[in-house]
Amino acid sequence: MSDPTEPAKPAHAGTPTLRDLRGLTQARIALGAHGAGLPTGAALAFGLDHARAREAVWTPLDAAAIRAALRAQGLESVEVRSTVSDRTEYLRRPDRGRSLAPESATVLDGHGPGFDVAIVIADGLSATAVALNAVPAAAALAARVRRAGWSLAPVVVASQGRVAIGDPIGARLGARCVVVLIGERPGLSASDSLGCYVTFGPEPGLPDSRRNCISNIREGGLSVEAAAGQMEALLRAMLAQGTSGVALRRGDPAEPKALPDARD
Amino acid sequence: MAYATTIEGTRFTFPDLRRLLAKATPERSGDQLAGLCADGPVERLAAQIALADLPLKTFLAEELIPSEEDEVSDLIARRHDAAAFAPVSSLTVGAFREWLLSPAADARALATLSPGLTPEMVAAVSKICRLQDLVAVAAKRPVVTRFRSTIGLPGRLATRNQPNHPTDSSEGILISALDGLLMGSGDAVIGVNPATDSLPDYIRIVELLETLRLRLDVPTQHCCLGHVTVAIEAMAKGAPVDLVFQSVAGSQKANAGFGVDLAVLREASEAARALGRCPAGGQVMYFETGQGSALSADAHWGVDQQTMEARAYAVAREFDPLLVNTVVGFIGPEYLYNGKQIIRAGLEDHFCGKLLGLPMGVDVCYTNHADADGEDMDALLTLLCAAGVNFVITVPGADDVMLNYQSLSHHDAVFARETLGRPPAPEFEAWLRDVRITDAQGRLTSATGELPPALAAATRLLPGRAA
Repeated sequence: MSDPTEPAKPAHAGTPTLRDLRGLTQARIALGAHGAGLPTGAALAFGLDHARAREAVWTPLDAAAIRAALRAQGLESVEVRSTVSDRTEYLRRPDRGRSLAPESATVLDGHGPGFDVAIVIADGLSATAVALNAVPAAAALAARVRRAGWSLAPVVVASQGRVAIGDPIGARLGARCVVVLIGERPGLSASDSLGCYVTFGPEPGLPDSRRNCISNIREGGLSVEAAAGQMEALLRAMLAQGTSGVALRRGDPAEPKALPDARD
Repeated sequence: MAYATTIEGTRFTFPDLRRLLAKATPERSGDQLAGLCADGPVERLAAQIALADLPLKTFLAEELIPSEEDEVSDLIARRHDAAAFAPVSSLTVGAFREWLLSPAADARALATLSPGLTPEMVAAVSKICRLQDLVAVAAKRPVVTRFRSTIGLPGRLATRNQPNHPTDSSEGILISALDGLLMGSGDAVIGVNPATDSLPDYIRIVELLETLRLRLDVPTQHCCLGHVTVAIEAMAKGAPVDLVFQSVAGSQKANAGFGVDLAVLREASEAARALGRCPAGGQVMYFETGQGSALSADAHWGVDQQTMEARAYAVAREFDPLLVNTVVGFIGPEYLYNGKQIIRAGLEDHFCGKLLGLPMGVDVCYTNHADADGEDMDALLTLLCAAGVNFVITVPGADDVMLNYQSLSHHDAVFARETLGRPPAPEFEAWLRDVRITDAQGRLTSATGELPPALAAATRLLPGRAA
């Protein structure tokens, strides 16, 4: 044991500082400190990241813009909403975000005798993620659905929706599988992550164990094209096996797990 | 049996004990979501007044959840120590609050009383306590546990160094753990939440943490917070498991949602003790809890979320844990809507845990969809330090990049040490001095990220830097 009152010796040359090793993690390591305080730059950068995340949660979904972008991709769409009346209620009442407003249900009637696949775009907890990534993901998936020879329902754009809003929508459309593209709960480092939940045989009241999840779809995360490939593989397995979720057998390594109550 | 209060001619009735407790609970979104909360502040006060008049022993006579259908209720009933309860057995809930605040309730009296208290009793009294009461009483009840460090000594604050990484990269975990150690964090545990729940990853992570601990000779313990069944398999394969972790809740059904029951927890606890890594008289279990987990598993039996949380502590208490913490702001705004609700819940959980005799810590945290921010966490940390919390969790820059939520920063532990005067565990405090992370006064010697020579050895564990 050395004498604790002796002044600290400087690190010898060649010893890396933590700053040199920052590339090994996205974590905010080696920020420096002034007493217990963060350097001003780091403190304000944290504040900015939190402000962006809050904005992603509270910004309303621009359904008209999403639908125009879908049209530009040659995709028909319809617009629905959940029984939630505003954003505060959305955050407090997850149950209402899972149910379809009565007037929205009728919008889904009369589109056809049923479909192999329905795509739902819901705001979830990040309108930012939806604005940036949902239309490219829907278009990439639609192209794969067409190539596979599956029938595709009009894309449904759902405001104030949770993951499970795909269940009543899929059921009403008579879809064999529903793919819900939804804004994930924003973290500080990324507020634009899109989540994707795929379910076979959608009907209201399905447990989360019936869904398969693909997460972190964004620039810098899982690319839209790679995600669409994973969605197609899930759909192919579900249509062949007639089930989804924990019962689905897959050749692939385990996909990212869904965090209960955290992702939607 | 029904309960009632009359306020200025208006009679408020509560049909049973569950409803009385729920209506007396300070406002929170989870009870509103469950449809259990008071209709407004006046009905809440009426319920609190009725609750204050309730004899404490009512909770022994009337179960909230029947023992025949719930092993947690059965455990609570079986473990109740009538002799320990005797000194307060004649009190009402309101008189119990007054006794807890009085000088008669000193550390010795509170420690003797713990086995006589049930979760429902401590939850009930917490509902009629304001924040200051929750702090004042908890501060009188130290709970000390030991492994390689001694945690919970009066006047000290330990930290869990939480070096999570989104893909469990060994290098990413290691560098983050080092960052925390350099800021003086990690005397409660160096604990990783794994991104996957596979056995090989679990073993790789505990071996990595074991290597780090041995290389730097840190007087602390480590933990991979995988599922308890994975830990049991890893121990059977000879992995160096210090602490076994599990999330627990306040009903059998909610625990089943976590994939556990009392039997599997007992098996894990015995296996960890049998490894012989923990000194005699020490503890080997680590539990996390959080208000709302029973409701989210549809396993709350119509009981308010704070009482369900206290019942989880009966599960934890059964296994003599080293560490227990509530993950108070993690679950989201549908259970705790804003900073005010998170702060109160954190103090309630700490108070209830301590009265039941648990080594209680708190993950002072929030998510981005809650109406809370870092300033709420500043307030909660400061209050918890006043209340004598055993430990808090810290991550680099308050940002957990795996679980995507904000906990405290390692910097906040420096604040607690230097401004609030809460040094870490004595063994760890000495180690920090010996390796020159802190000076003789316990202040950080350098915050530039330079590794003291004693720690530079750890970088040889990184790729391409082998010694």
